[in-house]
Amino acid sequence: MKRHFRVWRGDAGGGDLRDFEVEVNEGEVVLDIIHRLQATQAPDLACRWNCKAGKCGSCSMEINGKPRLGCMTRMSTFAENELITITPIRTFPVIRDLVTDVSFNYEKARETPAFAPPSGVAPGDYRMQQVDVERSQEFRKCIECFLCQNTCHVIRDHDENKPAFSGPRSFIRAAELDMHPLDSRSDRKEYAQASQGLGYCNITKCCTEVCPEHIQITDNAIIPMKERVVDRRYDPLVWLGRKILRRDQLETRPAPSSVAAPPSSARLPASAAVGPDGHMDIAELTAPLQGGPSPFGDDLTFPIAPEELLYNHPDKGNKP
Amino acid sequence: MTTTATKPGGGGKARAAIAARTLRTDRWWLAPLVTFVGLGAWVAYATVRVFMHKWFYVEQYHYLTPFYSPCITDVCGPAAEFGTPLPSFFLIPEAAFTLPFLLLFRLTCYYYRKAYYRAFWLSPPACAVPDGHRRYSGETRFPLIFQNAHRYAFYAAVIISVINTWDAVRAQTTGLGLGNVILWVNVIMLWAYTLSCHSCRHIAGGRLKHFSQHPVRYRFWTFVSKLNARHMQLAWITLGTLALTDFYIMGLAADWFSDLRIIN
Repeated sequence: MKRHFRVWRGDAGGGDLRDFEVEVNEGEVVLDIIHRLQATQAPDLACRWNCKAGKCGSCSMEINGKPRLGCMTRMSTFAENELITITPIRTFPVIRDLVTDVSFNYEKARETPAFAPPSGVAPGDYRMQQVDVERSQEFRKCIECFLCQNTCHVIRDHDENKPAFSGPRSFIRAAELDMHPLDSRSDRKEYAQASQGLGYCNITKCCTEVCPEHIQITDNAIIPMKERVVDRRYDPLVWLGRKILRRDQLETRPAPSSVAAPPSSARLPASAAVGPDGHMDIAELTAPLQGGPSPFGDDLTFPIAPEELLYNHPDKGNKP
Repeated sequence: MTTTATKPGGGGKARAAIAARTLRTDRWWLAPLVTFVGLGAWVAYATVRVFMHKWFYVEQYHYLTPFYSPCITDVCGPAAEFGTPLPSFFLIPEAAFTLPFLLLFRLTCYYYRKAYYRAFWLSPPACAVPDGHRRYSGETRFPLIFQNAHRYAFYAAVIISVINTWDAVRAQTTGLGLGNVILWVNVIMLWAYTLSCHSCRHIAGGRLKHFSQHPVRYRFWTFVSKLNARHMQLAWITLGTLALTDFYIMGLAADWFSDLRIIN
């Protein structure tokens, strides 16, 4: 049976919604329809996809205006004569058709201080109790589809907030590490407030609504983090208690300058090799390098000398 | 040769040019509309009742409406349990010491914030529907930074819940009627709403890093977490029970109907 679709086609220079009549069979999902479109009417339709099982987080798109995973949206959830509109996610710059440049999220991830191992415990000797690590584990379910980042109105409707605001995905990372029983950093609350822009969130819960992994982003990560920030920043009783009991002098806390922690890796992402026209080749065979670009950059040979590694040990003054 | 589009990171930074402000086809405006009407109606009813200054106490059965508890102005008469330090003036509510804190508790509540930011402030009205405002700074500066004071309002709300419990106990000394049942249901729901608060969850144990070292607080946190999952439902249920309790007592005090007595 043929159904009516409207798919956004274009790139950063502009584009529009195009109409298609596509065959739909029983049991199919929206991503199947995109694939049928590519196989029949629009061979150059660009779309990111990978696992078709809702675990890789690649096929984020907006289906009838709602941020969804293409592979997890069943066609049977629409009425038979319903027009289905498919657009790229809006918050990030479009590369082409349904593919967007989500590097904003990776930049924010790099800025988040990494797990700081406890001092005096060698790797391999880490021991945790299940009840202690349980809360952090919920956030490990994240598949980084960035639907929460896309739907968050703080950056979706206000692009100017992007430098100051890291988004729900970064907040669950911050909460995961702050609740982690073995993480030894104590300034994550200050960091979340000062550098991640936790205060911008007005808890309207859209991130939780769109999460395909059903992580309780707002209730279990953002609100607990806000409350933890209140402990440190906005609670006059706590402030008074700390002053009177002189706890603020007892605690060996890192200097305030470390609040805006340097990125854990100084290297910017390497971009793919491009031809003289500034575009990548469409066929791998004709490209100068086969396969995707190395995440370490294409100019590296292995093994890397230890002094060139980009790992910042948290105990050694955080110098690269 | 066909080429792919601009390489990631190096090319244009423009978003997809989609003309429609939202492409949502479902009735996304229904939920904020229901919230708007519901909260608006409740606030209107409560405001009228608070400044009515009558029909708040049934002396025969010691029923005191939660909107006037604790009653501390000169009009209270036998309803005053904690003295009457305030004069009677039409702008001063009878529960002038507690109502501001209750208002603050609900205003800064993490659920109500979601409800009114969406329904009243349209920031955003629904997911993937554009914000109604050109600029946005969230809760980072005055006055919204005071939303962070929620836990103080929570402490006050606990004290007020104790006072409400006392009202129910005092009414119980006269026997048992439908009014007692309504008062108790209201008090139990108020406790459930107050304890399901996100700040309470944090204080109970959410702030800990090692649950295994605090087994009692961990159990309390688990209990509050279960209630907390129902915070929205409890927020609406308590609005309902508060209005119902108040209306029932108003009806009794105004002799519109009489209390259904079971004992005495």
